[in-house]
Amino acid sequence: MALLEIKNIEKYYGNKSSLTKAIDDISFSVEAGEFVAIMGASGSGKTTLLNCVSTIDRVTAGHILLDGTDVTKLKGKALGQFRRDKLGFIFQDFNLLDTLTAYENIALALSVQRRPVRQIDEAVNTIARQLGITDVLQKYPYQMSGGQKQRVASARAVVTEPKLVLADEPTGALDSKSARLLLDRFHYLNREHGATILMVTHDSFTASCASRVLFIKDGKIFNEISRGDDSRKRFFDKIIDVVSLLGGDVSDAL
Amino acid sequence: MLFKISLSNIRRSFRDYTIYFFTLVIGISVFYVFNAIGTQAAYMTVTKSRSDIIALLKDLLSGVSVFVSIVLGLLIVYASRFLMKRRKREFAIYLTLGMSKGTISLLLLLETLLIGMGSLAAGLIAGVGLSQLMSALVANLFEADMSAYRFTLSGEAVVKTILCFGITYLVVMLFNSFTVGKFKLIDLIQSDKKAERLYLKNPVLCGAIFLAACAALGYAYRTVSNGAAYLQPTEFMVTVGVGAVATFLIFWSAAGLLLRLAMAMKPMYFRGLNAFTFRQISSKISTTVVSMTVICLMLFVTICTLSAAFSIRNSMNDNIRSFCPADFELEYAGEHSEEISGEPSGETENGKWLYTDVVKKCDAYDYDITQYFSEYVHFHTYTDSSFTLEKSLGDSFKQIENQYSFIRYDTPEDIVRLSDYNALMQLYGRESLTLENDEFIVVCNFQSMRDIRDATLAKGTAMEILGHTLRSKYDECLDGFIDLTSQPLNAGIFIVPDRIADESYADTDLLIGKYAAQTDEEYAVIEARILKDFDNMRATWAKENDGRRITVSYRLDTKTNIVEATVGLGAIVTFLGLYIGLVFLIACGAILALKELSESVNSLPRYLMLRKIGVEEHDISCSLFVQIGIFFLLPLLLACLHSVFGMKFGMYMLEMFGTSKLTESVLITSLMILLIYGGYFLITYLSSKTIIKGNDSD
Repeated sequence: MALLEIKNIEKYYGNKSSLTKAIDDISFSVEAGEFVAIMGASGSGKTTLLNCVSTIDRVTAGHILLDGTDVTKLKGKALGQFRRDKLGFIFQDFNLLDTLTAYENIALALSVQRRPVRQIDEAVNTIARQLGITDVLQKYPYQMSGGQKQRVASARAVVTEPKLVLADEPTGALDSKSARLLLDRFHYLNREHGATILMVTHDSFTASCASRVLFIKDGKIFNEISRGDDSRKRFFDKIIDVVSLLGGDVSDAL
Repeated sequence: MLFKISLSNIRRSFRDYTIYFFTLVIGISVFYVFNAIGTQAAYMTVTKSRSDIIALLKDLLSGVSVFVSIVLGLLIVYASRFLMKRRKREFAIYLTLGMSKGTISLLLLLETLLIGMGSLAAGLIAGVGLSQLMSALVANLFEADMSAYRFTLSGEAVVKTILCFGITYLVVMLFNSFTVGKFKLIDLIQSDKKAERLYLKNPVLCGAIFLAACAALGYAYRTVSNGAAYLQPTEFMVTVGVGAVATFLIFWSAAGLLLRLAMAMKPMYFRGLNAFTFRQISSKISTTVVSMTVICLMLFVTICTLSAAFSIRNSMNDNIRSFCPADFELEYAGEHSEEISGEPSGETENGKWLYTDVVKKCDAYDYDITQYFSEYVHFHTYTDSSFTLEKSLGDSFKQIENQYSFIRYDTPEDIVRLSDYNALMQLYGRESLTLENDEFIVVCNFQSMRDIRDATLAKGTAMEILGHTLRSKYDECLDGFIDLTSQPLNAGIFIVPDRIADESYADTDLLIGKYAAQTDEEYAVIEARILKDFDNMRATWAKENDGRRITVSYRLDTKTNIVEATVGLGAIVTFLGLYIGLVFLIACGAILALKELSESVNSLPRYLMLRKIGVEEHDISCSLFVQIGIFFLLPLLLACLHSVFGMKFGMYMLEMFGTSKLTESVLITSLMILLIYGGYFLITYLSSKTIIKGNDSD
């Protein structure tokens, strides 16, 4: 059985007189250990999709099953617990707590799960080593570069070993060098850690890191391509082809 | 158009304005209520002496109102400046849309006007309502007849309130326009992107400063609580200054120290949201050290004022029962006469009033002044011009004079015969005394005089009194008094054996008695009659003077007069204490609430993030509760600690009023603080909770 199964979900905004279908009957599934990218132009509904999967938003119709749990039926306290224990989040604007050090930011994800201190310390140091942020652990967000911040945020997302890591435009606020470094780490987490990642992006290069790319246009799945045994360059070219087909302009593609 | 924008602005930022509006309404209503007291009391039936006291109260309240309006004015300016800061982005949008600064000023002017008029109307309505309740309290305190009472609206107070707050709002408007003029668009646009810098202060420095501040506070506490009696005004000011600076330093170092302490306790720090909570608190405290200090000191003043006011009032009512056990006292210091042609000197040849037996004198005019009494004691005191306070202090005099330079040491001591004193004690229902032939006893109940006298009496030195050498029976003063008073004010009376009292030393004639009255009506009739009779008698004496000028010196006190003076003083103290205390409490609560609310708005992204990573709502609420709780509690705790020692000093100052019911006063004070300060806390917590819920659409 797939780790994540999305069945015929729909999401409408607005009222009777002006109805916007942000998501119009989307179905797909993600296997454990997969790295899936969702691409689409601004307003195509990709972020809405991610918000629905992450239970931040509610779907209008359809079901989302993660590890056998129907997340559309979760309520109140169970919702929080689900997010805390099963999901990891990475956002475009990092979303680190500016009052806490990097160490404390990563530890927070574990401490809200009421893990013992010894375990927290071990887990934080291990993940920091793997993501190359050991030397910034005692710094505050304002003392770090964007790339460092995003890696700290990634560490926080994966330190709890969630079933699914959701990334919303993770490279959106980074320069190209930092973006490449971050994607490297994503690749590492996916391959070595076996982390399942669902990433939303409009950047073709970022998407070319994934093992599979879904294209969304006007709330519907437009196309889907898998990397298979292709090299990254070739996969990138394929993505560009689809993007031009989608009608996205050059600035969107690059 | 502008009007529409201002109105919708107010509606939109309602959650920011709630506390502001709430504070304005309370401030205005309190201001009205206390200024309306005079007018209300006019509708009540009270005696002449009480209406004098009410007039005095009215004047005092007007005076205090000036101070209060300054405090409230500063608070309003502070709050509106604060709200302005929060709206920088909004102003940026207006400016980028091409609105001129003048128009923005006008917009703010309209907003202030709307808020001002709204709050004035609401505050006055609340004030008029509350003042009807206040009337009941006034009537109760002045024991007035409420039957003639009707709903009152004090025009004078309304005008005063409108004038006072109108001026304040005008200042706010000017201030706002001034601030708008200084705006730079780039600063406005980037206002919320300003990176917050947080430093962990050096822990060693923090610790050192904390210890230094504690030591300074300890010094200040010791000075005011031990040496209250010897404290010079300059020393006192220095102590207060040291206390204030120490308070500031404690808040400055507490932020860092608290966090360090929490971080050292790892299992606790890395549990749930604790790390986040402590960081929030620490950053809050370290950015508001000055406000925290001001609030702490204001709370300190509030606690002391309220407790002192209630304590004075309570013990006064108690004191009346113990220090005024009879109904009537006539103290006839004496009289002297001289040829009308002679120069009026006011004193007799030997420099003192001539002793006159007032009962005999009345008898001579066929008037029995004692006829109204069921019980009475008639006696006189003795003085010996060579036996003054200086003499009675003996060897200790020099040392005491250095400490208390304000006492007159050349006043002759009052001396009373044992049998007279015992007769009076029987009338008062107090214990009588016994004496051997060569002994005397000093009775005194004014605490500081008692301390002075006890030091001398402990040495057991013999004293030369009325030409006899006597020794004190006890090595300290006994508790006791002669005059009817409302407070323990007896500075010392020497009780001596009857045998040594020589009539040539007779000084003041005293007649103390209880009326032969069964009911309150009879009591009033008797009192009116005796006062009238005595007045008539004096008029007669003045007429039949054989062509000589007669000057008399007497003091006539009745229980009714004493009670009225006390009730009046008690009421004045209560009202002033309540007035200042309430306003300070409101100001403290409002400042903290505003700070905290803006803090919550700034922290909104943090809470949204916490929610995204799956922190439970309950944990977030708990964290918020702890944050706000500590923010409110910290200044209150330090203020309470200050007050414990401040009140020790206060007790010394309040001694003459008595401090019998201090616990009760502290309880009432705590209740008021709990109600107002706690109310602000609760509102802040609830509004913050709504704020951090946020909207996913934002």
